[in-house]
Parts: sequence; C-alpha cells; structure tokens
Amino acid sequence: MEAVLAIAIGVLTASGVWLILRPRTFQVIIGLSLVSYAVNLFIYAMGRLRVDAPALTGAEQAGAASLSDPVPQALVLTAIVISFAMTALMLVVLLAARGLTGTDHVDGEDGE
Amino acid sequence: MKLALADHLIVAPVLLPLAASALMLLFDERQRKAKSFVSLLTVLALLAVALILFQRVVSAGFDGGPAASAYHLGNWPAPFGIVLVVDWLSGLMLLVTSILAVTSLVYSLSRWERAGPRFHALFLLQLMGLNGAFLTGDIFNLFVFFEVLLAASYGLLLHGSGPARVKAGLHYVSINIMTSLLFLIGAGMIYGVTGTLNMADLALRIPLVQGADLALLQSGIAVLGVAFLVKAGMWPLGFWLPATYAAAVPPVAALFAILSKVGIYALMRVYLLLFGGKVGWTANFGEEWLLYGGLATMAFGTIGLLAARTLSRLAGYSVIVSSGTLLASLGVGQGAVLAGALFYLVSSTLGLSAFYLLLELIERRDTDPGVRAVVEPVFEDEDTDALEEGESEVGVVIPVTIAILGGGFLFCALLLAGMPPLSGFVAKFAIMHGVMGLGRDISAAAWTLVALLIISGLATIVATSRAGIDLIWTPSDRPQPVLRLWEAIPVGLLLLICLGLMIFAGPVMRYMERTGRSLQDRDGYIHAVLPAESMAHRESQP
Repeated sequence: MEAVLAIAIGVLTASGVWLILRPRTFQVIIGLSLVSYAVNLFIYAMGRLRVDAPALTGAEQAGAASLSDPVPQALVLTAIVISFAMTALMLVVLLAARGLTGTDHVDGEDGE
Repeated sequence: MKLALADHLIVAPVLLPLAASALMLLFDERQRKAKSFVSLLTVLALLAVALILFQRVVSAGFDGGPAASAYHLGNWPAPFGIVLVVDWLSGLMLLVTSILAVTSLVYSLSRWERAGPRFHALFLLQLMGLNGAFLTGDIFNLFVFFEVLLAASYGLLLHGSGPARVKAGLHYVSINIMTSLLFLIGAGMIYGVTGTLNMADLALRIPLVQGADLALLQSGIAVLGVAFLVKAGMWPLGFWLPATYAAAVPPVAALFAILSKVGIYALMRVYLLLFGGKVGWTANFGEEWLLYGGLATMAFGTIGLLAARTLSRLAGYSVIVSSGTLLASLGVGQGAVLAGALFYLVSSTLGLSAFYLLLELIERRDTDPGVRAVVEPVFEDEDTDALEEGESEVGVVIPVTIAILGGGFLFCALLLAGMPPLSGFVAKFAIMHGVMGLGRDISAAAWTLVALLIISGLATIVATSRAGIDLIWTPSDRPQPVLRLWEAIPVGLLLLICLGLMIFAGPVMRYMERTGRSLQDRDGYIHAVLPAESMAHRESQP
C-alpha cells in the first residue's frame, strides 16, 4: 500500500507542478488543485498508514495504541476546506483577468 | 486553572475583528457611515487591547517576573489544545499591527474605501489573520491564520480592481497558494517525525530526534523555512513582492508593509525557539542560509532601488531591502544584533507604511484624481458609487501642502535610508554595533552585512532624492496636489511615532534587548505554554 500511495502522491505532484508552470491560467488552477490533493494525501500519510485502525470507538479491547492518529485527519480536513476556498477564489480572479485583459495568459498578454 | 477576566484579553485581538467583520456583512454597501464607524471603533479597540497586553508584558517583564503568558483555548492542556501566547515579541508585533491598522483605516476613510465593495470586512479579517499569526503557539494554527490573512489580502489587493491589480493579483494568489502547500508539507513532515505541532513542545522534542528520522525532520523544517522565506520576500523567492505592493491601493499597501514582516516574525519565532539551543545539531541549524540569503536579498533590493523608475517600485524594493537586512541579522543571530534587528523591524515597518501612504499623495497630481480610482468593479453585484470628487474636498490648494508633502517625503527618505538623526539610523547603528560586539572573530559575511547596510542606505538616498527632486522641486504646470487633513494626519502620526522611537531610543532599546534575550533563552516561553511537569520530564532526560 505504501508504494501505491507514494506513487499516487508523486504523480499528482509532478503533474501539478508541470501544469503550474504552463502559461494559461486554467492550467495553473488545475495544477494547484492537483498539488493540493497530493499534499492532502501526504499529510494523511504522515499519520502512518494503518489498515482497519478504528478512528474513535472500537478500541476498547486493544487499547489506545490501536487507534489511528486523529491529528493528521483533522489537519487534512482543514487543509481541504482551505484549498477548496482558495481554488474558488482563484477562479474568480481568473475570470476577472480574462474579462479585463481579454486573454487567458497568466501575464495578461500573449507573448507569442 | 482560574482566569481573571483580564486574562481573556489575549484572545480579543483575534475575536474582535472577526466579529466586527461578520457584522459588516449585515450592512448594505450604501451604509458607508455605519461601516466606517464600526471599523474605526474596532480598530481603536484593538489598539487599546494591544496597548494593555503590551503594558502587561512590560510591567511583568521588567519586574523580573515571567513576561510571557499563555491562553489555553477551551482550557485544553497545552500540547493538545490550541494555545495563544503573548510575550515580548508578540506583544510588540500586536502593537505595531494595531498602529498600522489605525493609520491605514483613517487614511482609507477619506477616499479609498469607496473604490470597491466590502473593503471593511476584508480589512478586519486581515487584522484578525495578522493578530492570530502573531499570537498563536502552534504551527498548524500559524498555517490557519496565514491562510486567513492571505485570503483577506487577496481581496484587498484586488480592491479598486483594474487590469494591473488583477494581473498582479493572479500572480500573488498563485504564488501564495503554492507557498501554503509547501507550509503544509513542512508541517506534515514535522508532525510525522515528532508527533506534535505545538512550538514549545517541539522545542523540547526536536533535540531528542535521532537516526533516520533526523533527515526527514530536517527536510521538513527546510520546506517550512522556504514557505516563510517566500512570505518574507527573500531573494530569489521574492520577485513577486514589488509588483504586488505597487499594484495595491495605498492604504492596503501601507498595511501590507507588515505582511512581509509576518514571514520574518514566523522565522524569528520558530527558528529561535527550535534552534536557539547551544548543543547538538539543533544549534543554529541552517543559520548560514538566512545569513547569505539575507545578504543576497539586500544586494538585490539595493540594485532594484537604483533601477526603480516609479515611486511605488522604489517603495517595493525598500521592503525587500528591509526584509534582507532582517534576515541577515537573524543569520548573524547573536546577542545585541537581534535587539538591533527588532528595532529595525519596528522602525522600517512604520517608515514604509508612512512612505506608501505619502507617495500616493505626492503622485496624485500626476494624473487626474477622478480617473485613477474609478474603474469597472469586478464584483458588480452591489452598488459601488464612483468617487464623488469635488464636493467633498475639504483640503486647501495652497503651497503649504507641497511643503508638508515635501517635508514628509524627506523625513521618510531619511528614515528608510537610516540617516541620523532618525530612528532608522538608531536601528542600523544598533545592528552594526551588535556585529562589532561579536569580538575578534567577526566573519567575512558579518562584515559584508555591515557594508551592505551602508550601501543600501546610500542607494536609498540616491533613489529617493532623484525621485524627490523630480516630483517636488521640478517646476511644472501640473496642478497643486490637494491635501486633505484626514489623509495627512495618519502619515504625520506614523512619522511622529518614528520620531518618538528616536527620542526615546533608550527605553525602546532596553525593551528590544529584553525581547532579544527572551528569544534566545527560550525557557520563559516554554514555561508559559507547557505545564510544569513536562519541563521536569525534559530535564530528567539528558
């Protein structure tokens, strides 16, 4: 499972970074979203990967050590909400830039 | 633990602007008077709270007692709950923030708040983010407050709209979202290794990390450091800064003057708390990066100053020079240098803020004032009247205004350049004095810092006098600038505070020295945050 998760994070990050470096605003936004997914998975992985570990209840027999770590989950939840809001805001800026400059180039003018 | 009502005051700098900002949404966009009144009241209350907290730190600290006091939200014990801390450094930063808030708001009321919708709500949210970032005691809440202040700053940057602002805003938002993601990666790695994000707890746990985890922890901290350095505008991470600050409307730019200092604050707090130790790998970990990065930033800013063609660019590069000076002094990092750097931080923040406010007043006559601000709004959902020029002009068109503006410009220029007798000079002198005081083994890099301090001051003088001669002395048939009283007062107030910093340099410097010492000897902070037994636990472990 570690390998799958690591590859997923790696692929998401690589595609995201590539897209962020593209000249069109929409590509940048998709890139930022992809990187934020990768980061969310990454934080989650930092709480160690465990299969079938109970989140809150169900640990009465096995003790607290068998619980999955709740902190990364809380962190991820916050991070998801924030990056979601930022993407929405970025879309508004994109539309404003498109409307004011008439192009979807990140610099507001087509270099080519 | 029983808390007096006064102890709850620590949380007020966060809650007060949040509540007021929520209240703003209930007002219609046309009820400007009511909105302005509420924000002014909030900002003044924030100033009062900051003064009380500051005064408590000072009175407790100079009596030899513990200056730092922590507020545990919901009374959760420290490493688990959210904790807000007021100590020497955060008390000072709160005070500077609220001073800038008052001056920027008063300035914006006479004109700029009308350039777009929801200015007040965003302005107050920005203050909430700033105050929270200065108060918080753990890294994840630092992230959350960073996001709050960034989200508000995106809105404020776009305030007034127009292609230039939207273009700068697009770059600014993208860069900062990426930076926030780096912040999260860093925080995630640190949590993965140490199992805590509470700064005081981290300070105790990081020296115990060993083996394979060490590399992971160090890379996590490095990633986190990059996130802070982007905020601070270190070369080569700070190219976004001059363009962004130049695009913002003046009162917003004046408040942004402290935004880059948030990055510096975070570095000071986290770096000195975690790596201020004297032994092991944690002793001054990564110090050379701050030092050389800061020197490069200073050099870049100096060159930018000389090359700047407009006043707002010039101010942007001054921000970069100021960031570079602070980073490099933090990298030299010992003893009295830190006190000088803190003095410089306060003086340069206030000076830059005044400069941003002033240069719009000076440049105003270049263009027809009616045209500058009236642009199509991006958010067309509410009524945003165009600025009504003429009828509300209270100002007088007499040569006195140009004398006042010219005097203010001169004052700002001297302040930023660090010429005697103003507070910029005291600050730079204190940094140099600190470097000289390091003894015989002053490194070449420290000498470079001293040289760059002087050269950047010279470049500021050259650039500002060139711009000043062009704008103020050159006879032209441009109309006299119209100076409104309520726009001149905030600038005057900021400059007066800088003057005060110079006149009372002795007591101020004593405060800075205590702050520097408290940052280096971290026990006061850790004691305030964590329960006594966890300290004892650490001491039992060698």
